[in-house]
Amino acid sequence: MIHFSRFVLSNGLRVLVHEDASTPMAVVNVLYDVGARDEDPSRTGFAHLFEHLMFGGSINIPEYDDELQKAGGENNAYTTNDLTNYYCQLPTANIETAFWLESDRMLSLAFSKKSLEVQRKVVCEEFKEHYINKPYGDVWFKMREMAYERHPYRWMTIGKELSHIENASLNDVKSFFFKHYTPNNAILVVAGNIVAEQVYELSEKWFGSIPAGIKYERNIVQEVSQDAPVRMDITADVPVDAFLKTWHMPSRMDPRYYAVDLITDILGSGASSRLYQAMVKEQQLFTNIDCYHYGSTDAGLICIDGKLVKGVSPEAAEAAVNQLLDLFKAEGVSVSELEKVKNKTESTMAFEDMSVMNRAASLAYYELLGDANLMNTELSKYHEVSADEILRESRIIFNENNSHTLYYRAGKK
Amino acid sequence: MLNRKIAPPIKDAVEFELSLKPYDKYVLKNGVEVYAVNAGAEEVIKVEWVFWGGNWYEEKNMVASATNFLLKNGTSKKNAFEVNEHFDYYGASLSRACYNETSAINLHSLTKHLGVLLPVVRELLTDAIFPDDELQLFKQNSKQRLEVNLKKNDFVANRLIDEYLFGFDHPYGRYSRFEDLAALSREEIIAFYEKYYKKGKCIVFVAGKLPANLYELMEGNFGDLPLHATQPDPIIHKAYSAVEKKYRVSNDPGGVQGAIRIARHFPNRHHPDFYGVQVLNALFGGFFGARLMNNIREDKGYTYGIYSYLQNHIHQSAWLVSTEAGRDVCEATIAEVYKEMELLRTELVDEEELLLVRNYLMGTILGDLDGPFHIIGRWKNIILNGLTEDFFYQTIQTIKHISAKELQVLANKYLVPEDFYELVVV
Repeated sequence: MIHFSRFVLSNGLRVLVHEDASTPMAVVNVLYDVGARDEDPSRTGFAHLFEHLMFGGSINIPEYDDELQKAGGENNAYTTNDLTNYYCQLPTANIETAFWLESDRMLSLAFSKKSLEVQRKVVCEEFKEHYINKPYGDVWFKMREMAYERHPYRWMTIGKELSHIENASLNDVKSFFFKHYTPNNAILVVAGNIVAEQVYELSEKWFGSIPAGIKYERNIVQEVSQDAPVRMDITADVPVDAFLKTWHMPSRMDPRYYAVDLITDILGSGASSRLYQAMVKEQQLFTNIDCYHYGSTDAGLICIDGKLVKGVSPEAAEAAVNQLLDLFKAEGVSVSELEKVKNKTESTMAFEDMSVMNRAASLAYYELLGDANLMNTELSKYHEVSADEILRESRIIFNENNSHTLYYRAGKK
Repeated sequence: MLNRKIAPPIKDAVEFELSLKPYDKYVLKNGVEVYAVNAGAEEVIKVEWVFWGGNWYEEKNMVASATNFLLKNGTSKKNAFEVNEHFDYYGASLSRACYNETSAINLHSLTKHLGVLLPVVRELLTDAIFPDDELQLFKQNSKQRLEVNLKKNDFVANRLIDEYLFGFDHPYGRYSRFEDLAALSREEIIAFYEKYYKKGKCIVFVAGKLPANLYELMEGNFGDLPLHATQPDPIIHKAYSAVEKKYRVSNDPGGVQGAIRIARHFPNRHHPDFYGVQVLNALFGGFFGARLMNNIREDKGYTYGIYSYLQNHIHQSAWLVSTEAGRDVCEATIAEVYKEMELLRTELVDEEELLLVRNYLMGTILGDLDGPFHIIGRWKNIILNGLTEDFFYQTIQTIKHISAKELQVLANKYLVPEDFYELVVV
């Protein structure tokens, strides 16, 4: 059971406090309700570019990192298609430094030309390092475009193309900031060896006077149900063939989500999972194969992804995967297999909750989803999933008309 | 009125008194040492069996890593699937890892399931059979993984720089090759297993919320095994470093980035300079606020990230700078790295920057002592390297008190361009 308290400042900033006296450290986590899905299709990669700019100096403080490191702290941030999360950890005695730093960048960034120029370059190098200079680095660019026709999940968090970041102007950046990085669009979680009253006072002191922004109304076009398979067959300069297939799945807050999450474990998590055992060990069609999902805030994707043994064609690999899925859809899951994936979920959650930093990030995330207390009720929802639900969901999801298949063949382009 | 330009007062982290929570030690009847740290709020546990079974001891390349990998792929009673199924059923994970001197088996589990999991670990340590079809599959999949990895400039650069530093015949300089994979035989793997696992030297590290009967469980499952029956003979490997120091390698003609490695030898953790060099390294390129990152990423935007670090082995270490930079700016990046070395040699670091680094390092250690897994990690490092608790406290004393002058002396001793190997893989 994770205990927390919660209050809201008059500017709309939601604050959660998780007290844990066993650690000498404190965690300050600021989640902004903005991700790549909130971007203009002709200016993608902005939420992530901001993750970088947020360290390039705020209105009153030229160097975020220096000040935090002086106080013995460490920090990082990540951006997804749904959200941006900034977190730092520092000795409890210096917690006010984190309030000072985080509130100042919520107030306003410095918007220096130099910072924008440098971070544009840095993000371009990140783009190259992870998505261009790496074999198979572009598969998810292709897959997202196949899987989403209308929804902004069509593009990766890093951006659709390098040019969007290269061309970002200071004005574009400013308007994006004042639209999204406001107190009423943020959740602050403070965790560690602190008491709630202290957090309340510090929050009022540092965040209380930041004006509330205009409430951003998210208005995202959702996908309509798909009625025909989508396929792509490409050749790239890679050493072995790869196979990737996705299907639409319900959103993170859909009650059906829990069954789908367990399905990915049954099929693809661990060396005793169905796909690994059948495809890698018994039939030796794949050298590795995984099943996972993007349990995103809007409806996401479930995915089967692997590299083929040389000489095996993507057609043969797909046929074998389909056969395995057909069997799964016909027979469902055994009692002990269901028990196994539930045990795994319990264990994963316990390990995740070991660190104060993870607990803080989880509280912020569940608060974003609507209720931080979901963190305490999640496990029971997994326990309630029945074998019948697994069977029903597998039949809905693994439907060819709901699928996107990518053959990624080895060869010269 | 709130003045946001003034930082709130801070307590300098150098004022913190840090201590390393002690372990409990227990010696099983057969001499196996068990080190345990009982801490944490979650009902989880981690048990690690460490063997002197790294590639330091193999006679043929990749035998140690293959043995370690295949250890859980079948016993005379259970095939690989059944072994995996047992751990997976309880939501546990059993991973393994092979390093230079040591190899390890690592169990992560909910504390309540430990009792049903340990007997299967015992089975792996007494009765692994290394089926031939598992070996063949391992070869095939490793070969393909290697093919993919060789396309990556950073992977290629990491291999080559180790080879330049230590020579391919040294365990620290060796890497996986197709021909070595193809030559792996089941007999050699079984012989390695017999000598370095079944009868090998083993130390156990346990951390988490420990069950009350931990020692009975360990004694009952492992205390009667012939571990330590044969102590490995001390083996000396001589390093043959490359004579030539500068390399430019073409790996991916169309690549948009180059992998840069700049590296020199460094003695090891027992050397008296080690403490000060940890601080000097932090200043140079050891964290996000370090000089290399400030200059080469934050000022020039040549790279997504650049770090320097000590690659610590038990016998001998290396000091490396590592980055991926735009292919057109690789040479400019290297020039900046040497410029930063020169600055550290010629100019005293000012007190403000030094205090920042001290506070940062102290904060990291403080954060890193949070939770049982981190604490046992610190102890493991001390124990496996033949150090004492003093290493931890000496590190802290050095962080708190080393002077700018001492750092400059170290920079003049170690940050000398002529001592560095230099490699770009594009």
